[in-house]
Amino acid sequence: MSSSENKLQNNTLLATIKKIVSKQVFIPIAALLILVIFNLAADPSFFKISVDKSSSGDPIMSGFLVTILDNASELAILAIGMTLVTSASGGQDISVGSAIAIAGSVMLRVVCGTSARPESLHAPIIVAFLVCVLVSMAFGAFNGVLVSYCKIQPMVATLILFTAGRSIASWINNNQLPVVSDPKFGYYGNFIPGIPVPTPIFIAAICMIVIALILKFTNLRLYSQAVGINPHSSRLNGINPQLVKLLTFVILGACVAVAGFIKVSRLSTINYAVIAKDIEMDVILAVALGGNSLSGGKFSMTSSILGAYVIQFLTTTLIKFKVSANAIAAYKAVVVIILVVMSAPIVREKLGSLKKKVLSRKTVKEVA
Amino acid sequence: MCGAATHRAAHLFFKKGWKGANTMENSVVLEMRGICKYFPGVRALENVDFTLRSGEIHALMGENGAGKSTLIKVLTGVYPKDEGSISLEGQEAHIRSPQDAQNVGISTVYQEITLCPNLTVAENMYIGRTHGPLTNWRKINRDAGKILSELGIPARATQQLGSCSIAVQQMVAIARAVDMDCKVLILDEPTSSLDEQEVSKLFKLMRSLREKGVGIIFVTHFLEQVYEVCDRITVLRDGKLVGEYVIEDLPRVKLVSKMLGKDFDDMAEIKSEEDVEKIEYNSTPVYEAKSLSGTTGIQPFNFVIHKGEVNGFTGLLGSGRSECVRAIFGADKVNGGKVFVNGRKVRIRKPLHAMKNGISYLPEDRKRDGIVGDLSVRDNIILALQVMKGFFHPISRAQAEKYADEYIKLLSIKTASSDTPIKSLSGGNQQKVILARWLLANPVYLILDEPTRGIDIGTKVEIQKLVLKLASEGKSVTFISSELDEMIRTCSRLVVMRDGKVVGELRGADLNQNTIMATIAGGES
Repeated sequence: MSSSENKLQNNTLLATIKKIVSKQVFIPIAALLILVIFNLAADPSFFKISVDKSSSGDPIMSGFLVTILDNASELAILAIGMTLVTSASGGQDISVGSAIAIAGSVMLRVVCGTSARPESLHAPIIVAFLVCVLVSMAFGAFNGVLVSYCKIQPMVATLILFTAGRSIASWINNNQLPVVSDPKFGYYGNFIPGIPVPTPIFIAAICMIVIALILKFTNLRLYSQAVGINPHSSRLNGINPQLVKLLTFVILGACVAVAGFIKVSRLSTINYAVIAKDIEMDVILAVALGGNSLSGGKFSMTSSILGAYVIQFLTTTLIKFKVSANAIAAYKAVVVIILVVMSAPIVREKLGSLKKKVLSRKTVKEVA
Repeated sequence: MCGAATHRAAHLFFKKGWKGANTMENSVVLEMRGICKYFPGVRALENVDFTLRSGEIHALMGENGAGKSTLIKVLTGVYPKDEGSISLEGQEAHIRSPQDAQNVGISTVYQEITLCPNLTVAENMYIGRTHGPLTNWRKINRDAGKILSELGIPARATQQLGSCSIAVQQMVAIARAVDMDCKVLILDEPTSSLDEQEVSKLFKLMRSLREKGVGIIFVTHFLEQVYEVCDRITVLRDGKLVGEYVIEDLPRVKLVSKMLGKDFDDMAEIKSEEDVEKIEYNSTPVYEAKSLSGTTGIQPFNFVIHKGEVNGFTGLLGSGRSECVRAIFGADKVNGGKVFVNGRKVRIRKPLHAMKNGISYLPEDRKRDGIVGDLSVRDNIILALQVMKGFFHPISRAQAEKYADEYIKLLSIKTASSDTPIKSLSGGNQQKVILARWLLANPVYLILDEPTRGIDIGTKVEIQKLVLKLASEGKSVTFISSELDEMIRTCSRLVVMRDGKVVGELRGADLNQNTIMATIAGGES
C-alpha cells in the first residue's frame, strides 16, 4: 500500500520534473544553476556582497554578483532586440557592435559639440540620448530595409554596417576622442550618488519592463512569430511580413542606442575600435542559449535575457579564476559547445528517450 | 571504373531479380504482425497486421489519423516500432532507419518529390549509389536511359529533372527506387498533384512493375484510383486494423463505410433545391468584380455572387481558377478592374483590404499558404481575427482560449489541446483549423480553394455540409474542388475557365458532369 503510494508520488514528481525540463526557460536556468553550484563549491566568497564607500564618499555595492548584473546589462538589452530580429527574419544582426560605436559617438557629439574636451555639457543628456535613439533606429531601419524589402540574408545585409560602422562612428567626431568632464554624464554607466546599486541594472530592468508591456499590449509576439514561421501564410492573413521584419530591426536599433549610451557613460569617453567589440557574438549566443531557434519562429524573451546573464556569469567566473584574457574566449567556447549541443532538439529527444529507457528498466526491476 | 563495374553487376542482378519474381508470383513478400506504436497520450497503431504479396498493388486506406502514415513510417524505419514484427520474404527484418529499409529492399516515393531538381535525371537516379571517387557518367547516363525506356518514362537521362513535369519527376523517383532492387515499393499519395493524364501514365508504370513482381503499397485518398489499379485493400481505422479485402469483394460504398465505421450518408442529397431558389438574384450582389485582372496570366473577368449563394470555379489545372479567386482576395497583384462589395465601390489591393471588406480566403496550398506550423492551434485559429483587430488590440489569452475551444468543438477538430502546434495535426484537422480561422473572422463572402484536397472522405463530407449550412445562414461561398462531383453537389452555379479565360457559366439543369466537361473542353457538345 505504502509502496504504491510512494510510487504514485514518485510519478507525479517525475511528471512535474518532466514538465519543468521541457520548458524552454529550463536551459538557461540550468546553466545558471550549474555556474552557481560550481562557484559555491570552488569559493563561496564569490557571492559576498559588500557596501563600500566610493572615492566621493557615497555608498556603493560591490562583489562579483553585482559586477555580473552590472556588466550584463548591455547584453540583456541587446538580447531583447536580437530575439525579435531572429524570430521575424530567421537571421541575426551582426552589426550591433559597430552600431553601438555609432550610437556612442552620436551621444558624445551632441553632448560635447565640436570641442573634444568641453568645460560644460553642450546639450542636455536627454536630448543627446533622443538623438542617439533616432540615429540608431535609422541605422536599424537601414538593415531592416535591406533584409525585408531587398530580401538579402540578414547576416550579409548587416555585414555592411558591421564593416563600415566603426569608421562612421569615428567620422562623426572628426576622428577625435571626446572626453566628458561633467560627472553627471557618468551616472548612467556607474552610480547615481546615494544609490548603491549600479545604474545599468535599473536601465536594463526598465527595458525589460518596457518589452514585457509591448509584448502584452501589442501583437508583436504573434506577428513576428507568424512571419518567421511562414511568411506566405502571414501575408494571406493580412500581415505585412516586410513591415514586421523592418519593425524588429528598428526595435533592435533602439536597444542598441540604450546599450551604446550605457557604454559611453561608463567611461565618459569612447574608443571606436574597442567599444562593444565582438558583443554581437555574445548577443547571438544569448539568444541561442535561451533555446530559441536561430532560424526564426517561436521565441521566449525571458530565456534570451537569462541567456545574456549566463554568459556574463561565465565571463566573470573565468576572470575571477584568473584565466588570462586571451584564454577566456577558448573556455567560453567549450562551455558554449556543451550548452548548445545540450539544447539542440535532437539531443534533447535522445536524452529523453534514454531517460525513459533507464526508468522503464528500473520499474521492471521493481516489479521483479 | 571500379564503380561502374560494381554497378553493372548490380544492374544485372536486378534484372534477374525481376524474372525470378515472376516465377513465384503472389508469394508473400512482406509481413507485418501485431505492430504497435504509441505516442505520448495516443495509441497510433494497435496490433496492426499487414501482408503484401509480390506482384500486387495493395491499397492502404483509412481516414486521416487512422494510422496509415504511422504504419508506413514504422515500415520504413522513420519511427521505431514499440511492439510487433516485420518479416521480409520470410525472414525477420530489423529496420531501424530509412537507410536500413532501403538496404533490405523497401523503397518509398513520397507525395513531395525528394529529388534534386537542378541535377539531371540520371544523376538523380544514381546519386548516393556510386562507389569510389571516380564515376563513369557516360555509362550511368546509358544505364539510366535504358531503365527509363524499359519503364516507358518519357524523359531523357541527361535532361534536368526540374524541366520534367511533376508526374515524370515522380516516375523518375520510382525508377530510382526500382533500380535499387526494391521488393516493396511504397507510393505515398503519389497522385495528389497530378492531372488525369499524368495519373494514367503513372498507373501504366505501376502495372508494369506489378508484372515484374514488385509489391506495391499505394496510399491515396482517391477512391476511383484505388478501384482502377489495386488488387487488394487494407483498411485502418483509429490505429486498428479493420480488415484486408480483395478488391472485387469490397464495393465502394462498403469501403467508405468501413473507413468511417458507420453507414455512409447519401451525399447526393445534401443540397436542397429550396435553398437555391431562395437566392435573390435581383438584389445587390455581395461581391461584384468588373473586368478584374491580375498579373498572373488571367484575362480580365467579371464575377458576381449573391447572398446565400454557393458558386464554384472549375477548369483544368492551370486554367486560372485559383488565380481568379486570388485576384478577388488581393493575394496576387491586381492591376485593373472595379470591385463592389454590397454595391459600394472598394479597393482591394492586398489581403487585409479584402478581409476588412468581409472576404475570407482559404488557400489551395495548405502547407505553404495556410498553416503557421509551429504556432499552436489556438494562435492559428485567432490569427485572421487578430490581424483584423489590429496590432495594438491583442485578443486576451482567455478570450483566445474561448474562441479556440468553441471552434475545436464546433468543427470537431481532433487535437490534444489548443496549445498543440498545428503541424502535429493530421491534414484534415489542419484544414479544419484554417476553416475555423476564417469562420471566426465572420466573413460575408468566403472563398474556399480546394478545401477538401488531401483530406479524408469523412471530413470532405463534413466540409461540404458546412459550406451549405453557411450558405443557408446567408453567407456567400465560392467553393473550388478538382473533384467535379463535389462541386456539382455543393454549388448552385459554376464558372468554367479555360486558359485563363472565363468560358462559361452553368446553373440549374446544366450542372451535370457531361455539360461541364464539354464546356471545359470547348467545342460543340
